[in-house]
Amino acid sequence: MSTALSTSEEIHTHDHDHDHDHEHHELGFIRTYIFSEDHKTIAKQYLISGILWAFIGGSLSIIFRLQLGFPGMTLEWLKPILGTWIDESGKLDKEFYLALVTMHGTIMVFFVLTAGLSGTFSNFLIPLQIGARDMASGFINMLSYWFFFISSVVMFSSLFIETGPASGGWVIYPPLSALPQAMPGSGLGMTMWLISMTFFIVSSLMGGINYICTVINLRTRGMSFTKMPLTIWSFFFTAVLGLLSFPVLLSAALLLIFDRSFGTSFYLSEIYIQGQALPNVGGSPILYQHLFWFLGHPEVYIVLLPALGMTSEIIATNSRKPIFGYRAMIGSMMGITVLAFIVWAHHMFVTGMNPFLGSVFMFLTLIIAVPSAVKAFNYITTLWRGNIVFTPAMLFSIGLVSMFISGGVTGIILGNSALDINLHDTYFVVAHFHLVMGAASFFGLMAGVYHWFPKMFGRMMNKTLGYVHFWFTFVGVYLVFFPMHYIGIAGFPRRYYTFTALGNDGMAAFADMNSYISIAAIITFTAQAFFAFNFFYSIFKGKKAPQNPWNSNTLEWTTPINPQHGNWEGDIPAVYRWPYDYSKPGAAADFIPQNVPFSATPESNLPEENEEIAKEKAIEGLLGAQNESYNR
Amino acid sequence: MNFLIGLLSIVFFALSIAVISKSMKLNKKLSGEDEDEFALDSANNVNAIGMMLFWLFGTIGGVWSFLHSKPDFLPVAASEHGLKTDSMFWSSMAVVTFAFFISNTLLFYFAFKYRHNKNRKATFYPVNHKLELIWTVIPAIVMAILVFTGWRTWRDITSQAPSNAAVIELTGHQFGWYVRYAGADDSQLGHVNYKLIDETNNLGIDFTDKNSFDDFTATELHLPKGQPVLLKIRAQDVLHSVYLPFHRVKMDAVPGMPTKFWFTPNISTDEMRAKLGKPDFNFKLNCTEVCGRGHFGMSITVFVDEPADYKKWVAEQKPFLATNPSYLDKVPANLKAKASKYIPAEPIAADSTEAVSVK
Repeated sequence: MSTALSTSEEIHTHDHDHDHDHEHHELGFIRTYIFSEDHKTIAKQYLISGILWAFIGGSLSIIFRLQLGFPGMTLEWLKPILGTWIDESGKLDKEFYLALVTMHGTIMVFFVLTAGLSGTFSNFLIPLQIGARDMASGFINMLSYWFFFISSVVMFSSLFIETGPASGGWVIYPPLSALPQAMPGSGLGMTMWLISMTFFIVSSLMGGINYICTVINLRTRGMSFTKMPLTIWSFFFTAVLGLLSFPVLLSAALLLIFDRSFGTSFYLSEIYIQGQALPNVGGSPILYQHLFWFLGHPEVYIVLLPALGMTSEIIATNSRKPIFGYRAMIGSMMGITVLAFIVWAHHMFVTGMNPFLGSVFMFLTLIIAVPSAVKAFNYITTLWRGNIVFTPAMLFSIGLVSMFISGGVTGIILGNSALDINLHDTYFVVAHFHLVMGAASFFGLMAGVYHWFPKMFGRMMNKTLGYVHFWFTFVGVYLVFFPMHYIGIAGFPRRYYTFTALGNDGMAAFADMNSYISIAAIITFTAQAFFAFNFFYSIFKGKKAPQNPWNSNTLEWTTPINPQHGNWEGDIPAVYRWPYDYSKPGAAADFIPQNVPFSATPESNLPEENEEIAKEKAIEGLLGAQNESYNR
Repeated sequence: MNFLIGLLSIVFFALSIAVISKSMKLNKKLSGEDEDEFALDSANNVNAIGMMLFWLFGTIGGVWSFLHSKPDFLPVAASEHGLKTDSMFWSSMAVVTFAFFISNTLLFYFAFKYRHNKNRKATFYPVNHKLELIWTVIPAIVMAILVFTGWRTWRDITSQAPSNAAVIELTGHQFGWYVRYAGADDSQLGHVNYKLIDETNNLGIDFTDKNSFDDFTATELHLPKGQPVLLKIRAQDVLHSVYLPFHRVKMDAVPGMPTKFWFTPNISTDEMRAKLGKPDFNFKLNCTEVCGRGHFGMSITVFVDEPADYKKWVAEQKPFLATNPSYLDKVPANLKAKASKYIPAEPIAADSTEAVSVK
């Protein structure tokens, strides 16, 4: 890590002609692009893996939307891809339908919105925004990606095995997932799911430890916790959530592996299946649900917090205004992080859990609505009297806030255990979490890509294609998920192959709406091609990026346009102010980067900031120690 | 009805086309010119207008689609607690729709109103503690009210079933439901044991328990109107979930852990048919916990009868022991006499075991 360092006195803040007088020992192709320890390369690896997974996960959903939207349609033409999963009558196999639903959920939640989002941006932005050369441990960081890669390979292979991938829903509730005789997907497919998730958990723990250590230990001089961008705060909280909750999923999975393979009875009791009474007694399927949701609920915030953090940054930058209520934003994220651990059983109100527990979890769940509401109001107030530049990233961020509100409010309904009785496991729930967690996080991911693409690849993405992509996606997501509320209120259960068994013409009443949702989903999915093309084309052919394309305050824009290993060529800049000095009264420019000392801006300093000038010497004095720590 | 698809697709496309064409124009205009980093081009304004258009069409589409779907929502709840949860649902929906509408409106309106203008500078407005306090406290109060009413309703729904409740057992299996009634003579269900399951006794009814002698099974669920019903719910193989959508009842069926739900149906099947003007309407029981291949088809019909009709129906049902007299073998000697009452006289008279026990 220390190779790219030099102790040249000059701070190359806006100087980007690379005079390669440092001792650069060139790494080979493999160490540079494949087994790289550079956080920026690892971030790009995560991003590209995430994008590929998103297309796989999305296309799975399109296949089952075809079944739901057009139940009479023959899918014979999918035979070349799906083979025997299309039965003789040209219909989708009923078990494969469940496999599609399961894999869509698993892929989107874990591989796209956890690895693709957190993996990409925590890796990319933490060192760049706190002023560090790299992660605390580049090697563990590399391992983290490659464990994720192994996990991906195993999960991907499970799509192609004869008995099909895991099919019991992404929550893989036992006994369905524990008994291969219950459905073919609970055989080898389930084993592979568990192996893959084990690798995934290891990967995300290594990532998480790294993020936490880096944020705590490697901040540049002057970068106190209260001067950190909200992105970093959100990545920090996300890593804490993951570190504390993923191990619980691992233990849940481990006990399931024991039940499946070694004859234990953690989750199994009094089962009679396929004409056979199993010997297992004393286990509890509810135990699994508690363990699963102890991760499962924090997982919602693991995918959402990074998106919210990046949105805070993007909305402030493009409104040319400080984020409203910086400390309230940190406080509400902290509140969400703590509360996220004590609301899990609201997924279990009607599982037969003690109703008293249901009351407790209803209270706790509705408390979490308060910090979430505060965040939404703060975003809206940040826009108020701003001077808004609609970059594609800004559009996606506004989209995120809208989705977050629209999906969030129905959480208040579902968190109420009495109302959850009727709505649990209906399309109302599908609508709720796709908006608040799926779409909102996806919009955060997209906003992040559009915003930091210039830093990642040194080139700009095409704005026009970005606008088109946004409008298709934004309108499309609402058209897909908003009507699902109605279907849920009409009592349609989720994970149904078809709705014939509802009787009373229930299916016919919503046949048109289901077709229409499927059409909207297909169009929205197809529109992602605008993004894919724009992304891959711009990597190679995009317009060259300027130093600071969005006139942003944070440190990543002080690095060279194409930062090398080590990020800054000279000393790492010091930080003197918070990251949100946009449109400060008295200042000539409408932004003052974090590395500009207060002594340089007497015209715009607030009275309390003038007192900060005295501390600048002390901050500068840390330079030697900081450099030494890297050269050690 | 195709009109539905048509209309919304048009909205969808119109917006996109507007954006594309504007952007194209803009691209032409810009080519050759130096692109300002903050290109205060018409694209910025188009996107701002797009926000307002989205708000407008979204509002119209939201209201219209609600009114369009409303007739197809679940009809009035057919149970006493369902009426309460329904009214709470709609009042909570009113509150959250209000919050949803106001905050989305402000979001889109501010985005539009404060679009970039190079002659203006944004207001440096980093914090306002009073404002933050207000919008922390107001949601907290609203939540507290919602939680409190929700909690009271939940407490009532999950309270002990009244002692006069009709006890009915529902057992989920791949892929169907077994229904067992406590019988005409006692209101107690006999024990079941999963190890006793065989092809005929597919519930594993334990005939060493005298409560099981008068138990009978059914393929449909009959419920008495106006009388509390206690559902005792089991599962044999994997998780299932009892869902009575018209009664707003849902409870998982868990292997190894019996669950329960009690409620009072208050509209009979006939009354519901008359109310909806659908002579072939039937209440349904569906499965809402994914359980495998046949999950979506795991449904039985539910009849809510007037109390007198229900009594009559119960009286007509034959205990399991009566239709399967060979299970008398499983009854311990000291209870044989009691069990024999349920065995129809003629066909069994020849049975040697019975002869022995009588002597």
